[in-house]
Amino acid sequence: MTMDPHAPRPSLLAGLTGRAAAIAAVVVIAASGLPLVLSNYQVGLATEVLIFGILAMSIDILAGFAGRTSLGHGAIFGVATYVVVYCTAQAGLPPVASFALGVLAATAVAAVFALLAVRTSGVYFLLLTLALGMIVWGVCLRWTQVTGGENGMRGDVRPVLLLGHHAFYWAVLAGAAIVSFAMWRFVRSPFGLTLRGIRDSESRMRSLGYNVPLHLFIGFTVSGFFAGVAGALYAMFNNFVSPSTVALAQSVEGVLMMIAGGVGTLFGAFVGAAAIIALENVVSAYTERWQMVLGVTFVLIMIFAPEGITGKLRNMLSRKVR
Amino acid sequence: MDRRQFLKTTTAAVAAAGLGAAPWRSAMAQAGPIKIGLLAPLTGVVASGGKEMVEGVQFYLDQVKNEMGGRKVELTIEDDASNPDTALQKARRLVEQGNCHMLIGDLLANTGLAVANYVKGTGTPYFIPIIAADDLTQRARIKNVIRVAGYTASAFTHPFGDWALKQGYKRIATISQDYTFGHEQCGGLAQVFTEGGGEIVQQFWHPLNTADFSPYLGQLAELKVDAIFAMETGADSTRFIQQYASFGLKAKTPLLMAMNGTDQSVIRTIGEEAEGIISAAHFAEGSDKAVTAKFTKDYEAKYGKIPSLYGFSMYSGMMWIDAALKKMGGKVEDRDLFIDTVLKTELDGSPLGKAVKFDAYGNPVYDVTIRKVVKRADGKYWNVPTQTYPEVGQFWKYDPETYLKQPAYSRTFQGIKKA
Repeated sequence: MTMDPHAPRPSLLAGLTGRAAAIAAVVVIAASGLPLVLSNYQVGLATEVLIFGILAMSIDILAGFAGRTSLGHGAIFGVATYVVVYCTAQAGLPPVASFALGVLAATAVAAVFALLAVRTSGVYFLLLTLALGMIVWGVCLRWTQVTGGENGMRGDVRPVLLLGHHAFYWAVLAGAAIVSFAMWRFVRSPFGLTLRGIRDSESRMRSLGYNVPLHLFIGFTVSGFFAGVAGALYAMFNNFVSPSTVALAQSVEGVLMMIAGGVGTLFGAFVGAAAIIALENVVSAYTERWQMVLGVTFVLIMIFAPEGITGKLRNMLSRKVR
Repeated sequence: MDRRQFLKTTTAAVAAAGLGAAPWRSAMAQAGPIKIGLLAPLTGVVASGGKEMVEGVQFYLDQVKNEMGGRKVELTIEDDASNPDTALQKARRLVEQGNCHMLIGDLLANTGLAVANYVKGTGTPYFIPIIAADDLTQRARIKNVIRVAGYTASAFTHPFGDWALKQGYKRIATISQDYTFGHEQCGGLAQVFTEGGGEIVQQFWHPLNTADFSPYLGQLAELKVDAIFAMETGADSTRFIQQYASFGLKAKTPLLMAMNGTDQSVIRTIGEEAEGIISAAHFAEGSDKAVTAKFTKDYEAKYGKIPSLYGFSMYSGMMWIDAALKKMGGKVEDRDLFIDTVLKTELDGSPLGKAVKFDAYGNPVYDVTIRKVVKRADGKYWNVPTQTYPEVGQFWKYDPETYLKQPAYSRTFQGIKKA
């Protein structure tokens, strides 16, 4: 990418108003300046925030706009990670090809998940995606010859050009900006509106003549594609993959980030990812009971800001302005 | 959102971020103490072992008054949460933010391998007294990853296979947790045992965290073998030993276990069910050697429990590093010299009671003892050595180069010689 998609050329970017474009540009510019003030390790954390932000956003496409919370996206994410590491470390493919194959594999897996899951909703959807994710985890754990089993796989996945912390961060930031914009366009498109319609009343959409399962299928697959992008980036970030990357905990973490940021806010995903990763890192430096602190924080968020951090801020601001 | 509000919020956010960053930055870049980053699983499935790892390190640092190679030691402990992704992140923090001169620790092979892959890029010396993955000192060596006071998984089961042959056992069945550590330990035994004329009748692989062993025990009882070799760790081991006894197999078939199966961390929670189990290891807490007895006694006085392999290994690993640092005047900043010195240093005065040195591949060569679980005078159980195989390396009696040509042990390759 050579050009910032958020650059203030609103006439070319359908749907992006002048003000939104300006805010987006400010955020991206501020984010790209971060490495100049942060230490290397913190740049690494910021990179992780971006990657998990993309994952949480992809979950938000379904949860916030189609009303279906997936617990299988960690697995889709991890499939991309596995494929990218396998292709570079074992098959010796160049990074670009591996990246493409990883995203493709994740999209394919998402399509299979979608076929099985679109006819369900609510808790059944949750359980079905959870089960499908567990299957992926089981395969990664037991198929030792290919996946390396419990030990996982290692390799020099990251292209030489991006070896530095800063270079990689900027690359991920550019990627995040592109996919964020794409996701934003996606949920604002007529197709996205249809998804929202399905969320609000499936039966009404059906009686209006919309093919509900087909819409959900496409929505799920597209969401899986974005999760795959995040997973492929994660492979380059860690140069390593093991079953914990496809485990249920990964899916749950993505969902929690999305909820903490705010369901249906899309960009809140980055806020949620930042909040959780920062909390994990700061608190774990002081106590080994950091998971407890994390849990309590969640409970507090759910009680005082059930609409998520971004949602809460937005409400507070709009109330004040009024 | 109006402009004033926007400015207010952003200023607050930036200020908050700055405040968070300040103490981290100022902590950097001051020479002085030797900074050691300790990674241990303090939460997650192997948390109890992780705690004993920390104890082992602290026990050593207390003894040397927190000074190694003439310099103060600053120890930073991080929880790897028994998870490779977390381990990797914590390793990054220790190296990039904590500016640690070296890393030590990790318990599970997958966490260790993840960190090893990371330090391959940074060049930070990383010491692994617990991580037993064979290939780290065999087919996939990394120069700055050193197994101080550690061992390769198959190194002790090679002589164990030999010992089993000498007991006149002809038919053995194995049962093991289904992951690399298990594959490697079983492989070591299976290869030596079958090459010496024994037969591995059947091998069972069960997932980690198996609550009920009865399906396996039922089949094992049917096989009518001379002995059973079990490779279990942690809670699985506790359950296996208990169910093996309650199934009535204990009275019929001798039970051989991997050293981690009868480690103190397991048998201190169970009783007579563990009595009589045989295992092979470099360390036996019940040895009557003076240094071992003193170590066990002091450790018990301090922490109220007999030391496990985790405590022992970390303690000895620190001792080994210290010996190297003393030799080079504590100049830990010179990484290449540091790594070379460690590799050339012998571990002397450890609870093993005998000097230990590295082979050409960076793996320690130990006297391997065959140990038996017996009851101590005070009613506690511990491992007592019954027999010793001196100077056992990771390649047993094989030629290293030929050995390295065979694939690494896995579920599908166990080195079993076809009759």
